[in-house]
Amino acid sequence: MTSSPPARPKAELDQEFSQLYRSHLRDVYSYSYYRVGNHHDAEDLTEQTFLQAYRHFERAQRESEGRPLRPWLIRIAHNLAANYYRDRSRRPQTAIDDATVLSAPHDTEAVVEGRDELQRIIEGIHDLPDDRREALIMRFALGMDNREIARALGRSDGATKVLLHRATRQLEQIVREREEAT
Amino acid sequence: MSESVEFELLLRRALAPIDPPADLADRVETTLANLAGLAADELESWELRSMRDPRNWVRPAAAVVVGGTAGAALVLLRARRRSRRRGRAGSAWDAAERALHDVFGETRRLLDDELRLRR
Repeated sequence: MTSSPPARPKAELDQEFSQLYRSHLRDVYSYSYYRVGNHHDAEDLTEQTFLQAYRHFERAQRESEGRPLRPWLIRIAHNLAANYYRDRSRRPQTAIDDATVLSAPHDTEAVVEGRDELQRIIEGIHDLPDDRREALIMRFALGMDNREIARALGRSDGATKVLLHRATRQLEQIVREREEAT
Repeated sequence: MSESVEFELLLRRALAPIDPPADLADRVETTLANLAGLAADELESWELRSMRDPRNWVRPAAAVVVGGTAGAALVLLRARRRSRRRGRAGSAWDAAERALHDVFGETRRLLDDELRLRR
């Protein structure tokens, strides 16, 4: 017969959760922002992610067996974002708030051209299938490695590597086609 | 530099990490810090007040079903934010009524979410 492990002191858990929160607030917010495309909903999604995480923190810690919890947090945000679209029957806004790409002052034509290219990439990301878009956000906005992305998406490491490769190639093609069209 | 490496660099720039607004960090931190005690107390107090009005008799039952401190805290958090955003002037009684209405609205939404997940 197996007995469940003894409950840990709440104060200790709270302190560890607070540390997790401080370490990954930016990750969760960045992920949320690139998923929903605006700051207002990204704030809601971030709040809800941490509240959900708080509820299940002890179990997650037990089951993670010492592995980092970032993929688990991002998976919560991923599931909440999926509900968000299902409930409201909407897709990510194609025009991510311009603040991200357009906040820098533009002095030269080259800088403006570069910014156009970044804008095309952002728009292209929203034309990708969901799983490819997710994988790219995790890789490039959050700097997650293949293993972390695999855990967040519930896939194998090999399948994740293929997914990332295909996502990048497809996006490259979308951006090229947009460039040619302009 | 190969084209694909160059493209990945662009991708990294396009998807630069986004800093959360300072008030978001404060808000979430405060909510988490107060989560257990605050949520339970306030939810209980709202339930008692609402029982004076027969129109609200069904609603506290929904709040109880939702249960759980995080659920209650989420209700609180959303209701407070909604009240702040609306920023309407009025009497303290009006404000309390609106807050109560927000709480029930959010409670119903959470309950719907829970029921959908269990189905």
